[in-house]
Amino acid sequence: MTAAVPMENGLLLAAVLFVLGLIGVLARRDIVFVLMSIEVMLNAAGLAFIVAGARWHQPDGQVMFLFILATAAAEVSVGLAFVLELHHRFKALDVDAASEMRG
Amino acid sequence: MLSLLWLVPALPLLGFLVLTLVGFRLPRLGVAVIGVGSVALSCILAILAAASLLMAPPASHSYTQILWTWLRVGSFAPEIALTLDPLSLVMIVVVTFVAALIHLYSVEFMAGDESFRRFFAYMNLFVASMLVLVLADNLLLLYLGWEGVGLCSYLLIGFWYKDPVNVAAANKAFIVTRVGDTAMAVGIFLLFTQLGTLRIAPLMGRAAEQWPVGSGMAVAAAALLLGGAVGKSAQLPLQTWLPDAMAGPTPVSALIHAATMVTAGVYLIARTNVLFTLAPAVQLVVAVVGAATLLLAGCSALVQRDIKRVLAYSTISQIGYMFLALGVGAWSAAIFHFMTHAFFKALLFLGAGVVIEALHDEHDIYKMGGLRRQLPLTFWTFLIGSASLAALPLVTAGFYSKDLILWQAWSSSIGSAWLWAAGVLGSFLTAVYTFRVVFLTFFGDAKLQVSKKPGMAIRIPLVVLAVLSVVGGFVETPRFLGHASLFTELMRTTLPAASEAVGRAGDELTFDIIAASVMLVGIYLAYLVFLGSPRRFEDVARAPSVAALRRFWFAGWGFDWLYDRVLVQPYVWIAHRDRNDVIDQSYRGIAWLAAASWRTLSRTQTGRVRWYAAGIAAGAIIILAIVVFRT
Amino acid sequence: MILAWLILIPFLGGILAWLVERWGAIWTRWVSLLAVALDLGLASILWFHAAGRFSLSSSGPWLVSLDRAWIPEAGIRFHLAMDGLSLLLVLLTAFLGVLSVAASWTEIQERIGFFHFSLLWVLAGITGVFLALDLFLFYFFWELMLVPMYFLIALWGHENRLYAAVKFFLFTQLSGLLMLLAILGLYEIHGRQTGAYTFDYFRLIGTRLPPQTAMWLMLGFFIAFAVKLPAVPVHTWLPDAHTEAPTAGSVVLAGLLLKTGAYGLLRFVVPLFPGAASAFAPVAMVLAVIGIVYGALLAFAQHDLKRLVAYTSVSHMGFVLLGVFAGTEIALQGVVVQILCHGISTGALFILVGALSERVHTRDMRQMSGFWTSVPRIGGVTLLFALASMGLPGLGNFIGEFLVLLGTYRVSAPLTVIASIGLIVSTVYALVMVQRTFYGPLKERPPMADLSGREAAMMAALVAAIIWLGLYPQPVLDLAKAPLDRLQERGAEINAAPGASAAEAPLRTALPLDNHRSEVDR
Repeated sequence: MTAAVPMENGLLLAAVLFVLGLIGVLARRDIVFVLMSIEVMLNAAGLAFIVAGARWHQPDGQVMFLFILATAAAEVSVGLAFVLELHHRFKALDVDAASEMRG
Repeated sequence: MLSLLWLVPALPLLGFLVLTLVGFRLPRLGVAVIGVGSVALSCILAILAAASLLMAPPASHSYTQILWTWLRVGSFAPEIALTLDPLSLVMIVVVTFVAALIHLYSVEFMAGDESFRRFFAYMNLFVASMLVLVLADNLLLLYLGWEGVGLCSYLLIGFWYKDPVNVAAANKAFIVTRVGDTAMAVGIFLLFTQLGTLRIAPLMGRAAEQWPVGSGMAVAAAALLLGGAVGKSAQLPLQTWLPDAMAGPTPVSALIHAATMVTAGVYLIARTNVLFTLAPAVQLVVAVVGAATLLLAGCSALVQRDIKRVLAYSTISQIGYMFLALGVGAWSAAIFHFMTHAFFKALLFLGAGVVIEALHDEHDIYKMGGLRRQLPLTFWTFLIGSASLAALPLVTAGFYSKDLILWQAWSSSIGSAWLWAAGVLGSFLTAVYTFRVVFLTFFGDAKLQVSKKPGMAIRIPLVVLAVLSVVGGFVETPRFLGHASLFTELMRTTLPAASEAVGRAGDELTFDIIAASVMLVGIYLAYLVFLGSPRRFEDVARAPSVAALRRFWFAGWGFDWLYDRVLVQPYVWIAHRDRNDVIDQSYRGIAWLAAASWRTLSRTQTGRVRWYAAGIAAGAIIILAIVVFRT
Repeated sequence: MILAWLILIPFLGGILAWLVERWGAIWTRWVSLLAVALDLGLASILWFHAAGRFSLSSSGPWLVSLDRAWIPEAGIRFHLAMDGLSLLLVLLTAFLGVLSVAASWTEIQERIGFFHFSLLWVLAGITGVFLALDLFLFYFFWELMLVPMYFLIALWGHENRLYAAVKFFLFTQLSGLLMLLAILGLYEIHGRQTGAYTFDYFRLIGTRLPPQTAMWLMLGFFIAFAVKLPAVPVHTWLPDAHTEAPTAGSVVLAGLLLKTGAYGLLRFVVPLFPGAASAFAPVAMVLAVIGIVYGALLAFAQHDLKRLVAYTSVSHMGFVLLGVFAGTEIALQGVVVQILCHGISTGALFILVGALSERVHTRDMRQMSGFWTSVPRIGGVTLLFALASMGLPGLGNFIGEFLVLLGTYRVSAPLTVIASIGLIVSTVYALVMVQRTFYGPLKERPPMADLSGREAAMMAALVAAIIWLGLYPQPVLDLAKAPLDRLQERGAEINAAPGASAAEAPLRTALPLDNHRSEVDR
């Protein structure tokens, strides 16, 4: 295990993934891509947990990852329901179209 | 009889209540009977009360009747109480008598008016208030009567309320006098706070005990009461309301704005003469105000065209004489002049009413003329009244009262040659403006047709007042003419006699001859200018400087203009600029600020999910940065 | 229990009036009228009782009281008591209550049940305010009267009613919260000092307070009462609320709600914090004088008849504030008379304006002229009350204003002189109001009916009251004497020993805890 990848590298990867996901969320207007980017962000967070768990030899990191997986699954199902509803109502997949709650 | 004193003011008040509350059920005759009857009864009672006071004078020379305690708070316990002493006795007899005559006159004069009942209701209320004023035992009750007569004056000036001009005049009268009244109220606060009572007799006693002559308190108190007096009596600088007050019906002008109410200031000062004696500076002001007013008003009377305005200015001028008398300590002379003035000025106004009525509501004396033959009775009575006003020597009441004032202005220890000279000059002016009216109205060619001749209800008051304008003065005559001094004797117990200066005595006869000849010159001048050869004087009248002076005098020396610019317009301007209340605007400012920040912040709520996400990310980064870099 | 009934009758009457609406509007009106009339009768009985008591003995100022446990855990009691001052105000409440129900007889045609419910609940709340002697209970009633009042303005008001109602609510609610804070502060301080946490007036009155704290707590109360009064510069809710409210609402607002502020100053601010109040007096008196003159100036400028009358309240209540803080016996008696007379005269003016605008469908004086010709009786009565409000002697307001000014002169002559200017400017607005409405030529209009029998009866009662107070106010002065004497004594003791202790001295002697119970409740 000592020859394993250093923790910093793992965390750096997680951070890069997270930022990529964030950029995706902010920049894409297609709701499907936004959802995918959120998945990327979730998985980046999960990766960070696993890296940290490996560093401290604790199972908690992996437990948290499973937890995130479950949440992500739930999130996807809700998200896809939104996609359908959005498509149904606005005939588009553009998130900006759904801005009816502006002040 | 004295125990019925309360009925003297109560009867007119009852008349007012009956006319107001159930009067609409009464026919015109019933209204007239109640209106005139209540005042006439009150007059009879006043005379009876006067007789019984004079027949069997109480030890204190005055009779006080306490009706009930108005209110009692600690030591402040003014009562509704009436006091009859020689001063108030003269006042109530004159007031009720003249008022009864004028009420009688009004029955015919107002016969065609749609508001007949309202007129008599107001008139009765006025008489009641005036009687309360002069009978009041304490200053608070006096103030009630004081404001009451002011109210009635307001109601009656604006009696024909459909014309906004009349209403404006009424408002002006009330507001201007109220300025004076407020000064008087402050004076009452001061007197009670310092001396602990408002009953007039003890108040005067305590003032004389506690305040040395010339002390600050005495000066302040006297000055504040003087403020009230100049307001009510239309003296400088609050005289502007009286000429406009002529908007009321003529009997009102006769009763309120000539004979009775406007002399309330004279009464007040005479009543509180102790205070003025304690404050020589203020007493001098009284004399100077009187002298200045009588000259100013005399000049204005010279150039008026409206017959009632001439008489109004002459009233101001004559009250100026009374103030002059008060100012030199000739207390009883002032009251004497009040009495004779009440007779002849009421007479003149009533006569003017007949003339105006006869000529279809024409007020302009230049459009009148030649009425001597058409209205003979009116002419003769008016002539008698004018002679009395101008103080025609020996045969008129006005001569004796004015003579007394002029003589004491000279001979009193606080009199002076200047005051005397002002009085004499004033009597010259009086003669000119009075006979100007007589000549223009009753002599010359008839210019308008007379449409209406007076009936009995008008003739009787005219004749009675004319008789009194002649004989009313014989109760007090100069030394060289029998030296009757009934009036001064009567007043002796209430009003101190004027102190004569040593070495200034001189010869009263000489001064009388001077005054009389000045007055005769005045009549002759009026004859020349307005009747004899008016053409010769037209060029003089047209000269630019003379014309400007005439305009200036016509406008009452520009006081109205001045007050309008200095007081009325700024007040109205500020009020209208601030109609929406600048303080409220500041609260609206707060509300606007809240609304503005709401608008700004709500703009950030775009409804776009991606913006929210960006916001969350940015916030997280900032918080992380703070956590990381703070250490 | 009679005190509780005074509050319960309008309270239950309101509910009943709402319930009987289903049988017809006339039922609601009669039930409400009956309820307030019953209240008036009850108060009158107490009055006769009081008049007899004063002649019999002088044992304590409290005529009747009722003291039950309510929430003992927090030291809150249901404590009502009545002295001469509260009796007068309760009488006024019931009197104006009858009038405001009568004034709404034809004016209110929508949601009649809810209207009378709200009206009666406001009256109940006001009565409670005048009777409560537990500070928590007082605050409870204080808030209770606001909500129905809000509905009265917001539901049955005129064009701009929502704005006015919200403004009214914000002002009174915010200031009420300050008072709540002050009450809680006082409660806490007293509890820490003595270990007994209580809201009872008689116990709190003896709390020792450092001057600084006393000033802050006093300000909390003062602001609440100043808003209600209203004093400049927190008066601006009043013209809007008065103008927009229906006639009954205006009558209750001007006649009663404002009086709760005056009552609070007399009952709480001065007795609880005498030292702070006398230190604050110069400021309050200056505000009062500004209010007198400024209110009259604003009244003069208005075109809206109702707004004009509303601003006169600012001017008149300035006299109340002036008198309370002048603190002399004469001034305080003047305050009491002024409170009653302002209630009557302004109430009457609002009823008259309501009657007039019901006939001509406008309140804008620019569209009025010469009404004397068509409705002389309305004109005559309006003239009378306009004269009352400018302080004409012989009418009640004169007594109030005169006594206040006379009592203030001893304290501060310059302020008295400036306040006296109020007498002049009030003349201006009163005359201008009558002039613009009733005088001048009558424009072409459909004929108007003069006072109806109902209106004439209302006016007769009001006119009789104002003349009675103007010519023989002694019964009122006698009733108010005992409570005001107590106030005076308290002020005198504080002033007598200013250097003796920095803290405010407790005052057991002037306010005996035991002898305020009376036999009536047993």
